[in-house]
Amino acid sequence: MARFLIKRLGQAVLVILAVGLLSFLMVRTVGDPVQSMVREDATVAERAALRARLGLDDPVPIQFAKYLGRAMQGDFGISYRNQRPVAEMIVERLPATLELVLVATVLALAIGIPLGVITAIRPRGPLANGVQAVSLVGVSTPTFVTGILLILLFAVTLRWLPSFGRGETVELGWWSTGFLTLSGWRALLLPSLTLALFQMTLIMRLVRAEMIEILQSDYIRFARARGLPQHDIHYRLALKNALMPVLTITGMQIGGLIAFAIVTETVFQWPGMGLLFIQAVQFADVPVMAAYLMFVGLVFVALNALVDVTYAVVDPRLRTGGAA
Amino acid sequence: MTRTRLALTSAALALAAGAASAETLRWANAGDVLTLDPYAHTESFTSSFLHHIYEPLVRRDAELKFEPALATAWEVVEPTRVRFTLREGVVFHDGSAFNADDVVASIARLIHPDARARGNLSSVSGAEKVSDTVVDLVLKAPDPLLLNKLSGVFIMDAEWLAANGATQPGNTTTGVVTYASDHANGTGPFKLESRQPDALTVLVANQAWWDAPAGNITRIAFTPIGSDATRVSALLSGEVDVITPAPLQDAQRLEAADGVTPLQNPSLRTIMLGMPHTDTLNADPDADANPVQDVRVREALWRAIDMDAIKTKIMRGNARIAGSIIAPQIAGYEAGTDVKPAYDPDAAQALLEEAGFGDGFTMGLDCPNDRYINDEEICLAIAGMWTRIGVAVDLTTQTKGNHFPKVDRGETDAYMIGWATLPAMDGFSPLNALLATRSDDWGGNNPNGYSNPRMDELAVAASMEVDETKRIAMIREAMAIAREEIAYIPLHQQPLSWAVRDGVQVIQFPDNYFRAWHYTVNGS
Repeated sequence: MARFLIKRLGQAVLVILAVGLLSFLMVRTVGDPVQSMVREDATVAERAALRARLGLDDPVPIQFAKYLGRAMQGDFGISYRNQRPVAEMIVERLPATLELVLVATVLALAIGIPLGVITAIRPRGPLANGVQAVSLVGVSTPTFVTGILLILLFAVTLRWLPSFGRGETVELGWWSTGFLTLSGWRALLLPSLTLALFQMTLIMRLVRAEMIEILQSDYIRFARARGLPQHDIHYRLALKNALMPVLTITGMQIGGLIAFAIVTETVFQWPGMGLLFIQAVQFADVPVMAAYLMFVGLVFVALNALVDVTYAVVDPRLRTGGAA
Repeated sequence: MTRTRLALTSAALALAAGAASAETLRWANAGDVLTLDPYAHTESFTSSFLHHIYEPLVRRDAELKFEPALATAWEVVEPTRVRFTLREGVVFHDGSAFNADDVVASIARLIHPDARARGNLSSVSGAEKVSDTVVDLVLKAPDPLLLNKLSGVFIMDAEWLAANGATQPGNTTTGVVTYASDHANGTGPFKLESRQPDALTVLVANQAWWDAPAGNITRIAFTPIGSDATRVSALLSGEVDVITPAPLQDAQRLEAADGVTPLQNPSLRTIMLGMPHTDTLNADPDADANPVQDVRVREALWRAIDMDAIKTKIMRGNARIAGSIIAPQIAGYEAGTDVKPAYDPDAAQALLEEAGFGDGFTMGLDCPNDRYINDEEICLAIAGMWTRIGVAVDLTTQTKGNHFPKVDRGETDAYMIGWATLPAMDGFSPLNALLATRSDDWGGNNPNGYSNPRMDELAVAASMEVDETKRIAMIREAMAIAREEIAYIPLHQQPLSWAVRDGVQVIQFPDNYFRAWHYTVNGS
């Protein structure tokens, strides 16, 4: 087991390094930071001096090595855009994004699972057909369109919910939360619904497919033959077995939600990491972009490693089989 | 953090309290304030915001003329020494008195090699205290634009900087992070109450301000909203009182909506096309010559552009068609050189014929798609119009982060650029940056080889001429040459487009500064 863990950790480190290199090369293509940092009428000499000071004249491998060296010590540099430490900026934005992702996940599960069950029990009923049709729209409409439509309906026309921001937040140490105020919850509704929509439909379809399959299996037929109540058969026997893959997918998708949050956060001016990233792209703020991409890479690697390790604990065959 | 603190943020309280107070101005802008440190950025929006908290020695009045602010009088004692008499009785927001030490410390901090904004005051070598209320600025050379520059130099508190270890400006390369990035202590009409980056920044009126505000705003709740559609929605839903900018494509919708009004005024920013004056075109490097070097070809290109169509169809009537690369409000402007040749594709074709390019040629056109109002649409239209006179256009539109570096490297043929001459508001700015031949210190934005010895002479002379009449004459001569040679093709001054809810009175200053101490709000 220890060997497996060490191997898995080694792989994770390699992946992170690869992600780091890729993101480092990629951020170079979004533009020249010097252009956004100097005055409109800066002279050629001023620009050259700034470029040299930022180390942008060095060959890319050297820049990457220097960056990696500092990152190893936890120093992600200082933002070109507003000259604050990047690590501090990311930590400051983390709570907003994580709370959004958490609520979106809960919404996706709380709505997706029951809808999946209902559509599986009566696959040809009018309700199932309606839900299926709506879910198709939900899965194929781009997030920014959904977001704007929700804003137009609930903020502009009905004036029930705010169109932007997090509402009032409460500071718990370094963590700022919107969970403890009414306006915080009101502000959470539209963005989290927007973000959850895709995953909600995914979960619904997954539950439906799993349930339909399970409902035809032998043990369900025996349960029916024994005369167990329909309710118990659907929710205690079938759903429990259908949920395993759902939970795995949900866990793996959390990384995706953090990444997808970029669009939702931009539409709703949600002050999270995605918004930070978009602004960094517009300014060619290399340190912030590189740190964000590394962070998202780390989240994906950690989630995958966690799933792998859990599997290895559950299934002993994987511990030795991994070498093959 | 050893113990958990449970407290409502002051920003949240401000929002709650703001709803009850009639004089709160809730303002949404497309971008956030980059930093609260006035010397650590070069962005005019951030300067505009910080002007509420910090003040310069001389400021612009409602007509954008200079008027005394922290200095009450100034005189040139020697060509390179200007003496400023400071206003007495001014206090910073933390209660400490303003005096000459603050000016000396501020100037030293601004011209520090690590200060991002040091270029804003490049002609000054230091400040010397004469007495508590008198200070001398020592110049490297006589500088006719000293007041223009000083109107953007905000004065910080020496004691506050020292007490918070912020004497050095923040800097990406040296790793210095300063307290002044997210705290502020100025003398201006508003005090910083709280700040959450990208969410909410709250300013409250400074009751101890030395001047009397022209408006009635007692509190500003500032929120950046990057998405255009969301910003408009926030105004329509009554969550904010003013939005800057309001997207032009939503002007009709805002006009039709109850309780809100779109506002449009011409700005100082002239949108123009840079011309390739180089020996060959990038789009056709093997050709023997560059047709655009012939002034007749440049005139043909200009005559082929139907600016009226662009104004009505793309800008929805909201632009001022330009014949000069500077706007009428800029020092050095002359109506005589602000003349656009009439739109005439036939004449354009005849000019090409005359120049020996009747069969046309291929040329690149590069444009940003996220920098100026409708930039991409304008370029698409121009590409079509040029094609009509036989010029095949190789059009590239891309994000500003890639567009401007490409322009700077001289890899474009024709390209779009906008010039507002800010913060100086003076014709010397384009003379220095766009028209002078490129070298280390001149022509920083003239990458495509435009060069005229007379222009270079005028640039050097105007940079040192302290006689304003002579200086203006030089700039006018330069603008006349630029017009005659069609160094650039001016298109229009793009509009400032804002929108307010009814009951809010704002002034749209042509420099696109927000000056809330001139604004009023009536209860809604």
